[in-house]
Amino acid sequence: MTESPPPVVEMRGISLAFPGVKALQDVDFRLFPGEVHALMGENGAGKSTLIKTLTGVHRPDTGQVVLAGDDVAFSSPGEAQHAGISTVYQEVNLCANLTVAENILLGREPRRFGGIDFPAMRRRAAEVLARIGVHIDPASSLGEHPIAVQQLVAIARAIAIDCRVLVLDEPTSSLDAGEVAELFRIMRVLRDEGVAILFVSHFLDQVYEISDRMTVLRNGTLVGEHLTADVDRRTLIAQMIGRDLGTLEAIEHAAEERQAQGPVLVAATGLGRRGAIEPFDLEIRAGQVVGLAGLLGSGRTELARLLFGADRADSGRLLVDGKPLRLRGPRSAIAAGIAFSSEDRKGEGLVADLSIRDNLVLAMQAARGWTRPLPRKTKDQLVDKYLKALDIRPANPDALVRTLSGGNQQKVLLARWLVTEPRLLILDEPTRGIDIGAKAQIQQLVTTLAAEGTAILFISAELEEVVRIADRIVVLRDRRKIAELDGSVTGVDEVVELIAGGATPEKVVS
Amino acid sequence: MKNKLLWPLLALVALLLLNLIVTPSFFALRMQDGHLYGGLVDVLKNGAPTLLIALGMTLVIATRGIDLSVGAVAAIAGAVTCVHIGTSGSASTAFAGMAIALVLCAVLGLWNGFLVAGLGIQPIIATLVLMTAGRGVAMLVTEGQIVTVNNTAYRQVGAGFVVLPVSILIALLVLGLVAFVTRRTALGMLIEAVGVNPEASRLAGVRSRTIIWTVYVFAAVCAGIAGLMISSNVSAADANNAGLWIEMDAILAVVIGGTSLAGGRYSLTGTLLGALIIQTLTTTVYTIGVAPEVTLVFKAIVVIAVCLVQAPKARAALSFRKVAVS
Repeated sequence: MTESPPPVVEMRGISLAFPGVKALQDVDFRLFPGEVHALMGENGAGKSTLIKTLTGVHRPDTGQVVLAGDDVAFSSPGEAQHAGISTVYQEVNLCANLTVAENILLGREPRRFGGIDFPAMRRRAAEVLARIGVHIDPASSLGEHPIAVQQLVAIARAIAIDCRVLVLDEPTSSLDAGEVAELFRIMRVLRDEGVAILFVSHFLDQVYEISDRMTVLRNGTLVGEHLTADVDRRTLIAQMIGRDLGTLEAIEHAAEERQAQGPVLVAATGLGRRGAIEPFDLEIRAGQVVGLAGLLGSGRTELARLLFGADRADSGRLLVDGKPLRLRGPRSAIAAGIAFSSEDRKGEGLVADLSIRDNLVLAMQAARGWTRPLPRKTKDQLVDKYLKALDIRPANPDALVRTLSGGNQQKVLLARWLVTEPRLLILDEPTRGIDIGAKAQIQQLVTTLAAEGTAILFISAELEEVVRIADRIVVLRDRRKIAELDGSVTGVDEVVELIAGGATPEKVVS
Repeated sequence: MKNKLLWPLLALVALLLLNLIVTPSFFALRMQDGHLYGGLVDVLKNGAPTLLIALGMTLVIATRGIDLSVGAVAAIAGAVTCVHIGTSGSASTAFAGMAIALVLCAVLGLWNGFLVAGLGIQPIIATLVLMTAGRGVAMLVTEGQIVTVNNTAYRQVGAGFVVLPVSILIALLVLGLVAFVTRRTALGMLIEAVGVNPEASRLAGVRSRTIIWTVYVFAAVCAGIAGLMISSNVSAADANNAGLWIEMDAILAVVIGGTSLAGGRYSLTGTLLGALIIQTLTTTVYTIGVAPEVTLVFKAIVVIAVCLVQAPKARAALSFRKVAVS
């Protein structure tokens, strides 16, 4: 990277306050053409606010935004887009029922005789897709394609107009390794064409792989701007969370020291469900952390759902405490002391429009039945205890869960299950999309729970995390259990090799 | 919450004041033979069936559902009771008839619940079945005639007095009961949880189906009681017209009261206000002498106004004005 070209975007002294919060204070930010720039920071550090200031969603209280030498003040995202700043958000904001071409050119369809020129639209869409090397039929319906492809279509839409700056806000959080590699290939193509790319991700591996430069924010202030090659991870994390990494290291050691040899709590033999997961055997002991590793779609979640009765098994049997248990649904699993925290926090986990308090006691209340409400006092004690124990913010039991950040939402979901004092806690991607601070807290919690005798099934797409935390690692591939490893002596590379097994080499991205 | 109820409350007060201006004696209450009479009492009495049905509807809507069949169920309740009473004047026959009717209504609620929770049919379609078929059932029961009865005990339900009209007392009793059962037990919270996110609730171990089933049965029983009031008030069962369009009034009452049709959080107080607004509106049409041909348009304008001031966008505009003025 040379610094010879002038920055395409320069934000100087940006401050922005919301009622009661200083979201950004005197932040400077530069973005050069032909670079991938990572914006780093915990949740709430001000990343989204800075992006939204750039894309015209918010207007700064003070400070100026300079785009290619000109002072600009966008009053709407439309204006920013018109000026060449395109944004792709974390969740795909497209219309699944329209075709790929319609999505790419929505709002700027080529016209003819007062109507839409569909052939021209498909041609134009095909050109854009070809530019980023995505080969799908522009006339196909968007909903037919997997999320990863939809994300690429969103990028195609972003670059369909002449775009100088491309903002990618957590584009990888729902992609598997192969798909991430594909996305990075496209990002490199665009970068080499001179597009400035602003990239936000919680995955440090990815940041180090793709970015040229990074800006670190903490609590709404600028902490530093570095060339990626110049900062190591420890320094970066320390800058982001503003404290040392003792907690992270403590977790690593805990996994090694733990003597996880309680009695067998849950044993599955030949448990399976057609189309979801091939019959598998699995034993989980009290006080043991079993990690599930595999790519997206390898059957991780499907396996967990069978153990919880969220889906019914059509073969095999399940023993809890050595006694057979027929799961008719989540209720019977919960009654047996099994808890399942879904990877889909919003869809299958939390009840967003209810308060933290209601969400915390939901599982316990459901188990008691509606006729036996938890006494107000017990409820307050429980809520108070877990707000403190998990450091949930804001610590206001009446706050609606929808207003919380991802990390805090995850903690509320965890707390809901901890309240029921489960004997087996199934955690499906408990650390996805949340900041490093909350992540460390949750990992810490897992080790503490295991030390207290809770059995834990830990699912994560981040292999490093699984390897670090688990006593035993179950590896899945193509909806089949292919191996079981001793966690304390296994390295990430070994797991990657197993997962990759029959896969094409390009899928092996650790 | 308070904020949410402010606008319906203001609308109600405005309507009442309008009546007071047109009819200065509107607020006057007088006792006669131990019975309380007056404009306000009339509003409450005539609004009782709508309030009852709206209470059931509130819980159904809170679970993301809707029940279009309540009007037809009300007609069936009246028809069954009147046919059972026939020419009898005895109180026990009247009570037996009402009991049979309410049990039947509960069964109809089970049917709705079965379609929605058991078979997973969309509520609007599932209850449309009974909305259409229910009137036919009522017609079959009454053999297409308007069945009149002359039974003092039965007459008490819709037209009797214990200081206040009995129908008001019944409606308030049910309101109190629902408030108590949903807010003092965990039922209200579980209903809201199912309404906001059915799948998350199921995975948290909530018996979603049972809860959905329960609210449809409750709605049907409420409709049954309302049907008894309507029929008792005129001592007759009219399969075609009893409770006609009352489901629309009830849905409107719920929405005006601030409960979202998207399900989730509900407000019983809001529903009470909503039902009162709708009834006051109907009364107002008569007291201020709106010409019959513009009655519906007048009602529509008021309803639109109330809904507008509750809409987030309109309210944002209003509060912006307020800030600008101050």
